[in-house]
Amino acid sequence: MSLALQTFPTVKDANTALQASGTRYLGGGTLVVRAANEGDVSVSDLVRVADPDLARIAVSGGKVKLGASVTMAAIARHPELAALAPAARAVGGPAIRNMATVGGNLFAPAPYGDFAVALLALDAAVVTADGEMPIETFLAGRDRSRAIVAAVEFSLPRAESFRFLKVSRVKPKGISVLSIAALLQRSADGTVASASIALGCMADRPMRAKAAENALLGCKLTPEEIAPALAAAGEGITPITDPIASAWYRAEVLPVHLGRLLLS
Amino acid sequence: MAKVPVQFTLNGSEKAEFIESGTTLLHALRDKIGDTSPKGGCHQGTCGACSVIIDGELRLSCLMLAETCSGADIQTAAGLAEGGMLHPLQRAFLDAFATQCGFCTPGMIIAAKVLLDHTPNPSREDVVEALSGNICRCTGYEPIIQAVLAAARANSQNAA
Repeated sequence: MSLALQTFPTVKDANTALQASGTRYLGGGTLVVRAANEGDVSVSDLVRVADPDLARIAVSGGKVKLGASVTMAAIARHPELAALAPAARAVGGPAIRNMATVGGNLFAPAPYGDFAVALLALDAAVVTADGEMPIETFLAGRDRSRAIVAAVEFSLPRAESFRFLKVSRVKPKGISVLSIAALLQRSADGTVASASIALGCMADRPMRAKAAENALLGCKLTPEEIAPALAAAGEGITPITDPIASAWYRAEVLPVHLGRLLLS
Repeated sequence: MAKVPVQFTLNGSEKAEFIESGTTLLHALRDKIGDTSPKGGCHQGTCGACSVIIDGELRLSCLMLAETCSGADIQTAAGLAEGGMLHPLQRAFLDAFATQCGFCTPGMIIAAKVLLDHTPNPSREDVVEALSGNICRCTGYEPIIQAVLAAARANSQNAA
């Protein structure tokens, strides 16, 4: 491996350097160093940013701002982010969680990127030097993006309204068969007033289950009433096939696990 | 390739080297400094054989660039024994026959050390979780789990 690393004080400075061919951003290293170790010769230069703001967690007035360098371990142990802890703990084993970052997770291809699934359900905004954009837009264009992610922002969910499930075959930590995050707002009578459901491993990147979301509106979370949403969950999916599971298997078990999550 | 200066503390000793930019910490430790206790297994962050402790946190040396570790306090399995005496975890692994080929063992012990440093009396679930990033292909996990629990019991008895 032959890599040259440059360190910059600000995201703006590093953005310029990142435009050069063969240059990748180094966050926690779990994606880019792994790629280099694997023999990815398209990676020749690395840039990183030493700005401590990138590792900052800010929770205020119901709003959360996570710097791009915040690790999964930092999220999992933060007392005000308990609702997100299951999603952060779903990422790798303890060493990986000490290294894997919020920013990197946004770029992780399926079957990785479980935390990005949670951020998608939360409808987070992705902050770059060029401004901010909805996470769904960011994920759709991430392969072409040359902008360094500085932070993500979202409204802190109430613990009872946010649910996360990762399905894997190896316990306690394995690669995802699939992951699901759901943000459900319910009326006083228990009917679903709004639903945001994000899926991992159902495409090459996290995606929203919009048909299922629409089918849940006005429903109570009972087996009978959620049945149409479960039937609609597979609309638009193109699951990945990998050594963990085939696309067929992932599609078959998606409604089973979505049902368990909604009824939990 | 340009060489860059790197300084850190390794098992209590100051180290200062010039290394090629982009060198992983694993390669720097093994090939430059001569600490071969972290093992190069998968180089993908999956097996945990290269685990080290950096500033008190468990990390994978195969996925870290050495030059990002300047100023850090690094501990490896090679630094655990003191004065010719094995660390209680090392002794427990021997006593419980928790090692066969031994390739995964330094990473397992380092992961277990971080656990016991923070959780001196872990439950079995705590141990399983702490070792969940480490793969062993010959011993199986039960003897390893029992060894860590035994080391924790020995520590608590010594502390009492």
